[in-house]
Amino acid sequence: MSFLIDSILILAILLSVFALGASRMGMTIRIFAIQSFLIAFLPWFLHGGTPGFHQLLLLTGTVVVKAFVIPAFLSWAIRDVSMRRDMAPLLGFGTSLFVGSLLVALAFIISANLPLPTGVASSLLLPASLSTLLLGLLLIISRTKAVTQVVGYLIVENGIFLFGVSLVLEMPLLVEMGILLDLFVAVFVMGIVIFRINREFEHMDTHNLTVLRD
Amino acid sequence: MIHLLSTFLVPILGAGAIFLLPGRRRRLTVLLATTITHLCLTARLWLGAPEAGSSALLGVDAAGLLFLSVISLLYCLVAVHLVAYTRRDARGAPKVFLACHLLSLSAMTVATLSTHWGLFWVAMEATTLATAPLLFYHHGPRALEATWKYLLICSVGIALALLGTLFLGMAAAGLAESQRTLGFVAMVDNAGGLSTPWLKMATVFLIVGYGTKMGLAPMHTWKPDAYGEAPPPVAALLSGGLTNCAFLGILRVSQLCTAAGQGPFVRSMLVALGLLSIGIAAASIVGQGNYRRMLAYSSVEHMGILTLGIGIGGLAAFGALLHAVNNAFNKGILFLAAGNVLQARGTSDSKSVTGLLATQPVTGVFLILGFLAASGIPPFGTFISEFTILRGMIASGGAVVPILYLGFLALVFIGMGSSVLEMVQGAPKGTSSELRAGRDSLAAVLPMAVFTVVVLLLGLWIPGPLQAVLEHAAGLTGGAR
Repeated sequence: MSFLIDSILILAILLSVFALGASRMGMTIRIFAIQSFLIAFLPWFLHGGTPGFHQLLLLTGTVVVKAFVIPAFLSWAIRDVSMRRDMAPLLGFGTSLFVGSLLVALAFIISANLPLPTGVASSLLLPASLSTLLLGLLLIISRTKAVTQVVGYLIVENGIFLFGVSLVLEMPLLVEMGILLDLFVAVFVMGIVIFRINREFEHMDTHNLTVLRD
Repeated sequence: MIHLLSTFLVPILGAGAIFLLPGRRRRLTVLLATTITHLCLTARLWLGAPEAGSSALLGVDAAGLLFLSVISLLYCLVAVHLVAYTRRDARGAPKVFLACHLLSLSAMTVATLSTHWGLFWVAMEATTLATAPLLFYHHGPRALEATWKYLLICSVGIALALLGTLFLGMAAAGLAESQRTLGFVAMVDNAGGLSTPWLKMATVFLIVGYGTKMGLAPMHTWKPDAYGEAPPPVAALLSGGLTNCAFLGILRVSQLCTAAGQGPFVRSMLVALGLLSIGIAAASIVGQGNYRRMLAYSSVEHMGILTLGIGIGGLAAFGALLHAVNNAFNKGILFLAAGNVLQARGTSDSKSVTGLLATQPVTGVFLILGFLAASGIPPFGTFISEFTILRGMIASGGAVVPILYLGFLALVFIGMGSSVLEMVQGAPKGTSSELRAGRDSLAAVLPMAVFTVVVLLLGLWIPGPLQAVLEHAAGLTGGAR
């Protein structure tokens, strides 16, 4: 079981790095979908045994929302866009991969210095969560396409989710469902804004969004 | 419990009704009726509220009740103003706009009533999402840019707060099984057993996360854009309602840290953030040519004052809570006045707006009164609260913080004053028929008058129950009168 858990965690980090290097927006969205699908099963493996009603509901909700509905919706939001590549990122692809690998190293160093409570299944959980979080943030600031920024935000959320599953204490079901609902609505609202940006500027480069300043 | 549930369910039902009902007049009636019902339900909480339980997700405590009441009154009066605003604007009163007004009220109600870190986070994220469509009222590329920045910056900020919340869970992992919870009350009770490194990490992330929503420098960058492009009544809701909800989060962090013996750690952080916010706001207000952006920086400044007050603690914490009330209504006066000016003149450029006293005398007078209140001039309530914070600073020793505080406030006074006085005085620009079309209706003026009376009254006399709630809330954060 622990081999399975560690493989998922390492895949999660690699997929975030992969997202940094991908230039096609459709690809970035798919990478996020695969990552979400994989880590949705973590709570099940971590707690072992047969999942209860609480876990099953959450597993189904997470898979449906993050691996299917959100990626489909984001693809819909960019369906009319002719430019499907992130042509001019603020950081080049090579540079951002290099910075990304430094961030992964940083995540491992930070986690080595934080005391983990007993009962955490894998020592990789914390570094994997922090790496995913930092790589997501890097994606947000290094790209100019609105959709890539949203995927960056979603990867940050995945990092937080990874951390959440390692928690010993359980959140009330209502709160967990609320977090998932919030994420869904957030992407929904962002998708609508992206759609509007497309219509307004004919493409969705956030370079255009620099009129407001002092 | 049913009472608490109805307080946040009523606005949701109202939003549903707005979607179903045809006609502008009917929808606005629902909007007004719902906000008034909400105000009554909130007022009822003052008469013997059910105390926060340790297991329930919803409950009422002093700080929550205080902010809920402020938000409820603010929403009610802004709804009255919206009747006038949507009549004058070509966009009218779209369903989504009015419904989101009520949905954001509901989300803020949950935020103030929640007694659990997780639920509080869910409600805070919901406030961002429910207010985003409000920002987009005017459409066009500028509104789009402001909405996008607001959504992305606040969502990422609030995601960090979620991580901070999970870190809190990690800090509590060492406790006994029955004590492992993220309830506000239970965590403070068991604060001694929390793991210190995790608690400190949690504090940093929570303060950065909720500080982003509050608009503290250096995470304030969304604020001038959002307030500068949103319809001014919406900016009033954000600067008086949303930021107070986020401030509640900061209060709770400070309360938990103080209980865990990490008071000095969190306080030094809050003092630094507060001073930085006041300083950056002061530097940006001087020479600011756009009056809506100027008000946004004024909001950054006052958020800085609140944070500084909590950071100093003691008497200053009491002052900060009083200032949160004053500032919410003060921003109400200023932004509603700005809304009237914007609709009459069609520009946010302070230089092109002159002679308000001649064309819109009532709005002009309220703009001056609002400016005086924002500068903390007696007899307004803001004078009492800002002065109380100053007394707290002097009592806690040290000369650098009070000197910087007074210096920055003076700078803001000069910067805002020159802009506001230019707007109200002189000869109006524009043809006479244009200017006559800009006359303000009763609904556009009345809410400002109520806000002004409240801020003025708070400067002269603080009612007994309010005093008690303020002291109780200040006591929660480790301060006492």
